[in-house]
Amino acid sequence: MARARRTRAVPPAYLLIAPSVVFMALLLGWPMVSGILQAFVGPDGVTGAYLQRMNSDPAFWSAVRNTLLLIVVLLPLQFLFALVMAFLLQARPKGHALYFYLWAIPLAVSDLAAGLVWLSIFTDRGYLNSVLETLGLGSVSWLSYENYGSMFVAILIAELWRATSLVLVIVISGMQGIPKDYDEAANVFGASYLQRLRHVWLPLLKPSLQVALILRTILAFQTFAVAQALTGQDFPVLVGETYRWYTALQNPHVASAIAMVVMAVSMVTAVIYLKTLRDSTKGAS
Amino acid sequence: MAEITIQNLVKTYPGQTERATDDVSLHVDDGEFMVLLGPSGCGKTTLLRMVAGLELPDAGSVHIGGRDVTYLPPNKRNLSMVFQSYAVFPHRRVRHNIGFGLAMAKVPKAEIEKKVAWAADLLQLGPYLDRYPAQLSGGQRQRVAVARAIVMDADVLLMDEPLSNLDALLRLGFRAELKRIVEQIGTTTLYVTHDQVEALSLGDRIAVMRTGQVAQLGRPIEVYDHPSDTFVGGFIGSPPMNFLDAMAHGGVDGGVDGGTITVGDAKLPAPGGLPDGPVRLGIRAEAISVVDAHTEGAVPAMVDVVEPLGAATLLTVRVGEQEVKVQVPPDVNVRNGQTVHLSLTPRAMRLYDAETGLGLDLR
Repeated sequence: MARARRTRAVPPAYLLIAPSVVFMALLLGWPMVSGILQAFVGPDGVTGAYLQRMNSDPAFWSAVRNTLLLIVVLLPLQFLFALVMAFLLQARPKGHALYFYLWAIPLAVSDLAAGLVWLSIFTDRGYLNSVLETLGLGSVSWLSYENYGSMFVAILIAELWRATSLVLVIVISGMQGIPKDYDEAANVFGASYLQRLRHVWLPLLKPSLQVALILRTILAFQTFAVAQALTGQDFPVLVGETYRWYTALQNPHVASAIAMVVMAVSMVTAVIYLKTLRDSTKGAS
Repeated sequence: MAEITIQNLVKTYPGQTERATDDVSLHVDDGEFMVLLGPSGCGKTTLLRMVAGLELPDAGSVHIGGRDVTYLPPNKRNLSMVFQSYAVFPHRRVRHNIGFGLAMAKVPKAEIEKKVAWAADLLQLGPYLDRYPAQLSGGQRQRVAVARAIVMDADVLLMDEPLSNLDALLRLGFRAELKRIVEQIGTTTLYVTHDQVEALSLGDRIAVMRTGQVAQLGRPIEVYDHPSDTFVGGFIGSPPMNFLDAMAHGGVDGGVDGGTITVGDAKLPAPGGLPDGPVRLGIRAEAISVVDAHTEGAVPAMVDVVEPLGAATLLTVRVGEQEVKVQVPPDVNVRNGQTVHLSLTPRAMRLYDAETGLGLDLR
């Protein structure tokens, strides 16, 4: 009977996705538009002045350098740790369920809280120095702006602790979707454990790794609370600069300009990942 | 190539009380094609997986080519296997799927290519070598799985219900092809199936399994003609063997040719040496024929269902209260509700103990 009367009503599919479209528009679309406006429009119309101001601030470039350095060192380590942990769990040692929950706990800890926990470890009178002093090794100012290396390592460790569990959870869920038969077949055909990792598990995990990589890279560009808690402004990162311009320097325009940079870089990276890691095994040859 | 010797294998899965395999022993000769046949849950796949090393037994041993492999990991056993799910690697092209085992063994590239080409030719996969499995049909994927198994110079070829995921027509065609290929390469083969037709058509010998034990072991025709018990007779054959409640009269002193069997009102001649009492009479549908009412020893029966199958007609008839399947030539003209007379071929009759179902050995 619906066929008889050709109505011009809105197709139900559009009605069904309407709530999420509205949601996206309000919570993602609008902030993005207002961010762009704020970054490029001043009292006298469209301007590049804010970008220039951002560019001429030496802290901006050290923030770029720090953020990139963090990503380049952090991500490979995170993936290595997550994969090793996932394969350890897969071997189903005694209490593997408990290990999984322990390793997933950081997922539930807010990044600022994590930063504060690690601050209590690395600060001048923190746990680490107490242990060192007890052992008679003297204390070190881990988080002093004079010790760039130790500052970086402290943030690296804190981020490693805090965010590796996300990769782990994604890898484990990917693993659970892979039938056991592939591993068994490879095993019967003479593949050693390492050969099976390389020729069976890792290729089959590629889609999960891709998701984790995109998520983690974008999130790593947004590293902020941990660095802020541990070092204040001594180890500037991109989002930290946004925060500084917005609060300390009271300049939302430059803050938005930096946010735009973060967004652009994140999008470009995601596109590159999607293109280079595309699954070539399906579709017509 | 090698022989397989399985001795007293016991396996109970964790959390289960019943044994999946219960003290199974089996010897497969070098180059033999052995079929493990049984209903689901009979332990046949468990047995195969213990030979493969994918499960470890609680007790017993597995020797392949005289080497104790009971606790060796699968990759040290020099096996190849065809999985029920095919387990063809989705991320590798057909060529690299077939050559997987050889590549893992670090065989030189040129030799791998030669063997892959040979297997691809044998299984008509030539045009698909550079495709990914997702671009193949189910039947082609199955061929890839078989090709991957036969390129290996393995001691033993294991197959776990390799045809069960194919549709009926493909299965029929591929069954013959599989037989030809395995005969050609001559590898010792252990083949698991729940399909008795497959077992009969492929096996040099069949091990019929039930509840974790081998119920009967023998050549297909032996298993078909002389089922060791009512379970085997009822499992093998399509339709399965008929079993009728009957009374045996052993005759004087268990004399030769002296016995008789009564089915309903009909008296049939029987081998001598029978103890008096109830027995189960087993007979295949094709060993029963519809005859003239006056024939000596004819058993009257009522036709219930007539199923023309083309090459033959399958009748379901009632003898007293008992249902019997009868296979007659397609030109025999019978109708529902009609009374017919059945003649049972004497040498096709098998007798089983009424209580245990075990065969009474009177051959």
